[in-house]
Amino acid sequence: MDVLDLARWQFGITTVYHFLMVPLTIGLSLLVAGMQTAWLRTGERKYLAMTKFWGKLLLINFAMGVVTGIVQEFQFGMAWSAYSRFVGDVFGAPLAMEGLVAFFVESTFLGLWIFGWDRLPKKVHLACAWAFSLATMISAYFILAANSWMQHPVGVVMDDGRPRLTSIWAVLGNNTVLAAFPHTIFGAFAVAASFLVGIAAWHLWRRTEEGAVWRASVKLGTWVGVVAFAGLAVSGDVQGKLMFEQQPMKMAAAEALCHTEQPASFSVFAVGDVARQDCESVKSVTVPALLSFLAHNDFSSEVKGIQDLVPMYQEKYGANYPVDPQLGELSGKPIDYVPSLPVTYWGFRLMIGFGGIAVASGLAILWLTRGGRVPRGTWFKWLALGSIATPFLGNSFGWIFTEMGRQPFVVVPNPSGVDGVWMFTARAVSNSTVGEVLTSLVALTLVYGVLACVEVFLVRRYVRAGVAGVLPDGEPDDVGKSDDHLQFAY
Amino acid sequence: METFWFCVIALLWLGYLFLEGFDFGVGMLLPVLGRDETERRVLINTIGPVWDGNEVWLLVAGGATFAAFPDWYASLFSSAYLPLTLFLIALIGRGVAFEYRGKVDSARWRRVWDTVIVAGSWVAALGVGLVLSANVFGLPLDANGDRLGSPFAAISLETLLGAFAVAGYALVHGAVFLSLKTEGEVRERARSLALKVAPLALLPLVVLLLTVQLRFGSVWTWAATIVVALAALGAYTRLVLRREGQAFALMGVAVAATVTALFGALYPNVLPSTLDPAWSLTVAGAASSPYTLTVMTWVAAFGTPAVLVYQGWTYWVFRKRIGARHIPPVHVPTGDARVGEPS
Ligand code: HDD
Ligand code: HEM
Ligand code: HEM
Repeated sequence: MDVLDLARWQFGITTVYHFLMVPLTIGLSLLVAGMQTAWLRTGERKYLAMTKFWGKLLLINFAMGVVTGIVQEFQFGMAWSAYSRFVGDVFGAPLAMEGLVAFFVESTFLGLWIFGWDRLPKKVHLACAWAFSLATMISAYFILAANSWMQHPVGVVMDDGRPRLTSIWAVLGNNTVLAAFPHTIFGAFAVAASFLVGIAAWHLWRRTEEGAVWRASVKLGTWVGVVAFAGLAVSGDVQGKLMFEQQPMKMAAAEALCHTEQPASFSVFAVGDVARQDCESVKSVTVPALLSFLAHNDFSSEVKGIQDLVPMYQEKYGANYPVDPQLGELSGKPIDYVPSLPVTYWGFRLMIGFGGIAVASGLAILWLTRGGRVPRGTWFKWLALGSIATPFLGNSFGWIFTEMGRQPFVVVPNPSGVDGVWMFTARAVSNSTVGEVLTSLVALTLVYGVLACVEVFLVRRYVRAGVAGVLPDGEPDDVGKSDDHLQFAY
Repeated sequence: METFWFCVIALLWLGYLFLEGFDFGVGMLLPVLGRDETERRVLINTIGPVWDGNEVWLLVAGGATFAAFPDWYASLFSSAYLPLTLFLIALIGRGVAFEYRGKVDSARWRRVWDTVIVAGSWVAALGVGLVLSANVFGLPLDANGDRLGSPFAAISLETLLGAFAVAGYALVHGAVFLSLKTEGEVRERARSLALKVAPLALLPLVVLLLTVQLRFGSVWTWAATIVVALAALGAYTRLVLRREGQAFALMGVAVAATVTALFGALYPNVLPSTLDPAWSLTVAGAASSPYTLTVMTWVAAFGTPAVLVYQGWTYWVFRKRIGARHIPPVHVPTGDARVGEPS
């Protein structure tokens, strides 16, 4: 393995890992802020219990989100220094804004929220929860704006071999981020929704006390999940249309579409080897004309296939890599413009599929528990617990598809806008030694592995203990009475 | 404009060293000042609400460097790859340890996380010192800004000195902070420890500053160095007189002057090349375009005051000294939820 492969594995592992925590933090923090609001409004103990129970799980998860995020912030410079030099003028700004505008708010107000239960007036304390949860969304916006710029560079001119920013509004208002942001946020709510439904349904199944808390959580989670999935489908459809314009090769790869089709059908499922660019061995179950609709809003339009796109790309961006020792083995070699087809094809389907399973199991659970019923069989337990994992998987596959689908570019050329701004992934990597990157890859992966076990262990403990684990005396209104004890302390 | 952004980045480092400096110190001193479990919880709770906010100063320093001086960000971070990896792992460990140590009621569990906090705090403090001083003394960069030479190029006698300078400072700063934020025995212990170790612990910092000044110094960086010495002495005497608040503030002055002296010595370079001065990255050469810097200036002009206000407010909300009497009994899940009435 060379430095490029190692650095890619490292980036993939660390971001996918970070993105296991991220959506749960985003989705759950808003829901918890809502629960706390409901408690202040109604004074019902049920809502306090929900705030505390889900809030505790949020905190356990948040800590991991923070520490894995720190790695993200540094690794552009560490492992992708050529990339950082190239994009710094544009890409650094949203990243710095994210820190200044979002992370400070997030971390400060979360601290106030955790430790402020007995120090702050109730309304101010609630405002901290909202400040914190809105900041998670703002942080998502900025980082997605940075990422969207890589998918679709705008607001720049080329100057002396590097893109120079000419309009920050173009970058922040990039149509790619306007579509990706709602998609990602709905994805986050899908995660939080299944988390609520799965855990609460398990408690119902075990018939632990505080049934009202669990029922309310199942209901809340299911409806949030339904809305989230609908939002995902709508925003995803918009993304598909943009992708068709901006990254036609990614679109073709997502379908493993070899030959141009008109009208193009959407492949639901394929048997055989989608990796072959000639498509000979693939048998696929298709929905006629759906792909045309996804790409164009028109059931009869043409969608270009890989075999027709490759020559177009070669003509525009070159057939061979330049001869440059920096490129190592790739120097002077032909450029492979086709992303890994199995990854993009299956990534796209698994994204949608797991999201669909999540919402379907949510609805099933809501129906099965209607009117105070709870199924007795162990299958129900497994349905509840299993459904938790599905939107996590959907999100991961979504990112893997998005990021792998833009290969071999790290900054994808923009066929409908600024011309001449792109960067090959092979050129982006640092001039590090294999030893360095291998060391950090192994070390970070090991640390992540250990932390994953710890997090799962802790979450399990708090989940099993139910409400009693977070509300000691069952006394709802002791908050704010004693000045001597910290209510919430490490 | 470039120079202004150089100053902003120095300011962000100042904020980071001042704030996270004490919470590194608290972590380093955990086993020394916290003799039993309650006392250790007192220590951790002094920084509980704020450590994450403090760490964001580092993230913003990094992000701002990326935005304002991409070449600097790229060269420094890729050249100091291994030390930074270790530093990141230390930060990861510390962060989760604060959050997780109190979540299971078992002595063994806490012992493990305490070890992580102590080790993480030491390694992180040493790491910051190493990388910052490597930045001041320079790295073997080629014309492209890439490192020539071994992955350990960032490690030398001077940078080890820098590592101990920051760690020693964090130790003292943490002790002063604790004497300000705690009550009772812990407070006394923190104060006397600060007085006892300060002369030795601050020695590397003094030597570092003198080395830097002898090599790169100018009149005003010398002036800053003298301010460091005076402020440190002032802090010491204030602490002797039990004026912990003033001592802490003077420690702040000392850090500010330290950062001024170091970044002043660096200017107009942002990252010197030890191979050929012509290859050094300079403020002018490494900067982003004027437009980007203007955008960033607007963001900073609105963002920074807001951050200072609400972070200041946090410190105000949690201004009370903490003692053993504030620490609630441990309440963590001990088993499964009871099965309730059939519903
Ligand atoms: C769509 C959302 C999203 C995405 C794509 C990313 N993050 Fe993230 N990040 C968040 C959303 C988020 C968050 C929700 O705001 C987190 C998660 C948990 C948390 O503490 O805040 C966070 C935490 C977090 C932190 C710690 C902040 C703190 O100390 O409070 C850093 C430094 C980063 N992230 C940096 C990054 C970078 C450089 C990314 C690009 C590779 C990245 N994140 C992807
Ligand atoms: C959090 C969600 C994200 C996930 C799960 C994710 C996933 C991945 C994966 C799997 C790769 C490896 C692809 C490959 O090597 O073929 C990758 C690469 C990369 N991603 Fe992302 N990504 C995420 C967000 C981002 C964001 C927000 C940015 C920028 C702001 C970004 C920038 C990059 C860069 C620079 C690379 C390395 C170059 C490359 O391999 O193409 N990613 N990401
Ligand atoms: C229901 C129909 C869905 C459609 C049509 C759809 C469509 C898309 C498209 C086209 C992209 C790629 C954007 C690009 O590369 O430019 C994408 C990315 C992504 N999808 Fe979906 N998606 C759907 C459902 C889901 C579900 C259920 C989840 C998660 C539970 C999800 C999570 C993601 C994520 C995390 C990304 C990467 C981030 C981004 O680019 O926004 N998607 N989706």
